[in-house]
Amino acid sequence: MPKKARRSEAATISPEPHFLKPGKYYLQGNQACIEGALMAGCCVYAGYPITPAVETMEYASKRFPQVGGRFIQMEDEIASACALIGSSWGGVKAMTATSGPGFSLMQEAISIAIMSETPMVIIDIQRAGPGQGYITASQQDIMQARWGHHGDGPIIALAPSSVQEMFDLTIEAFNLSERWRTPVLVMVEETVGHMWESLIVPSRDEIEVIERKKPQDLGIMPQDYLPWGHDIVAPMANWGEGYNVNFVALVHLEDGNISRYSPQANYHCVERLQNKIEGNVNQIARIETKFLEGCKHIIVCYGAVSRTAMEAIIDAREMSGLELGYVRLVTLWPFPEEKLREIIGDVDTIFVPEMNLGMMKHPITEALRDRCRKVVSIPSLGILHSPEYILSKIYEEIS
Amino acid sequence: MSTQGSLKRGCKVEKNERFEIRIAGFGGQGVVTIGRILGEAFTLYEGKNSVNTQSYGPESRGGACRSEVVVSEGEIHYPNVRKADLFIAFSQVALNTYIADLREGGILLLDPSSVKDVPRRDKYQVYEVPTMEMAHNIGGVKFQNSVALGALYPLIAHMIKESSLRKAISGNVPPETVEINLRAFERGMRYAKEGKAK
Repeated sequence: MPKKARRSEAATISPEPHFLKPGKYYLQGNQACIEGALMAGCCVYAGYPITPAVETMEYASKRFPQVGGRFIQMEDEIASACALIGSSWGGVKAMTATSGPGFSLMQEAISIAIMSETPMVIIDIQRAGPGQGYITASQQDIMQARWGHHGDGPIIALAPSSVQEMFDLTIEAFNLSERWRTPVLVMVEETVGHMWESLIVPSRDEIEVIERKKPQDLGIMPQDYLPWGHDIVAPMANWGEGYNVNFVALVHLEDGNISRYSPQANYHCVERLQNKIEGNVNQIARIETKFLEGCKHIIVCYGAVSRTAMEAIIDAREMSGLELGYVRLVTLWPFPEEKLREIIGDVDTIFVPEMNLGMMKHPITEALRDRCRKVVSIPSLGILHSPEYILSKIYEEIS
Repeated sequence: MSTQGSLKRGCKVEKNERFEIRIAGFGGQGVVTIGRILGEAFTLYEGKNSVNTQSYGPESRGGACRSEVVVSEGEIHYPNVRKADLFIAFSQVALNTYIADLREGGILLLDPSSVKDVPRRDKYQVYEVPTMEMAHNIGGVKFQNSVALGALYPLIAHMIKESSLRKAISGNVPPETVEINLRAFERGMRYAKEGKAK
């Protein structure tokens, strides 16, 4: 038996923070997101383990102390998400990773983070549900990502499809979170979380890292500082820097006052939050398209399923000459309705393969119902669709 | 950062060649580790692209367990096996479940002590290696996967260097067992090279 580490030894922080050097690595998706977070300047991980997100937490427990960060195992997921809010208001970037049941427990804190405009990142390595479900892959939490938290708050959610994107999109998640002062979710399937693949790490100076705006950056003096004012994304003061720090998750006005009841204040406060994200959807949301020219039929997909969709599209061209277009939602929320309408003209059928019983089909139908004859859901539960399965459903529909 | 691609009508899309490996057995037999070792060897030491995916039940030891590696010179889209070129079966249940996905003429590596029945055997190149017995003689059944990797090497030597596999084994097993794992690898390799496997 190895000697049990003493408390002081366990807390030792390496004097030379070591980030991954530029180069090619072979990593698991669940690990690559931690490397991305460290590159983005995240220095607090507070979490509670759950399959299939355990490797993320295990890897974080090793890596965060190595770069001078803090790793905390909390008593549950509620506390984990609340610790992120506290850390963020303490002036640092913070993250956690979880899966379905844990994600449910985090919803209250997500709502509070939206209202208090707290930057933080939550990675959901989705497992199948409802309940404890299965530990296999799913995309069943994507509507919970949008609507699971109470109240009328907007959210940003990204959907990586490879180990490289677990790294890249985690950095992007932190950047969006700091830029828009809001919690950002990274919605991953177990498939990608447990996937081992190459990861190309660029040098740190090639990576764009965005920091939150502070009142002093804008030349605002402490006596003039309105904690919830000045801009659509209010500058965020750090404790101990001379500014009044005002943490409020009740309806509030620009000065943070919560004592005056007024429906107008409620409307103003919540509408501003909504506009901050939904009104800037074109700046926030990204989609990827391929092979769209002249296609009558299109696949709209996201996450791991987009890899199967691409394989199916290539197969269809090779085997039967059927030309299918490819649209991938890199950002799930805010939903890029306008961009989709710009890209997709008149088509016959839009196919939406998902590892759920047809969730994203609904906003896609809402956005594009006048641009196509029909939107067809291709669901799969418990397993990634095979390209053959997607194609069989497409042929069935269009023949 | 969004990328927009377009393709002229009637244009063919180049399809990348894939080599697909599936390993299946019970949890605890090193199924996931073999996948990771092969994936790392191909990716980091051979400069190819590879994707390794795994699936396992809620029980980590004793439950059904599967690991898959897809190797290609080009981009790999679908991450799972479509038609396996190589199948390592560590249990009869695993063989029964997945044999239909092995392509005709594909390589099947199995341990005759745990896999007794191979339906339509003449359709595949079957290699029988007593991996469990050999591992037991070396130091324990936990080295079964390294024996299997050794026995596998001559069959895929046209795609990968021995040194790449050795490096990947060394990097993926507990440091104190590197030596014995490499010995298990050599024993498996010798067995296969001596033509005993068929």
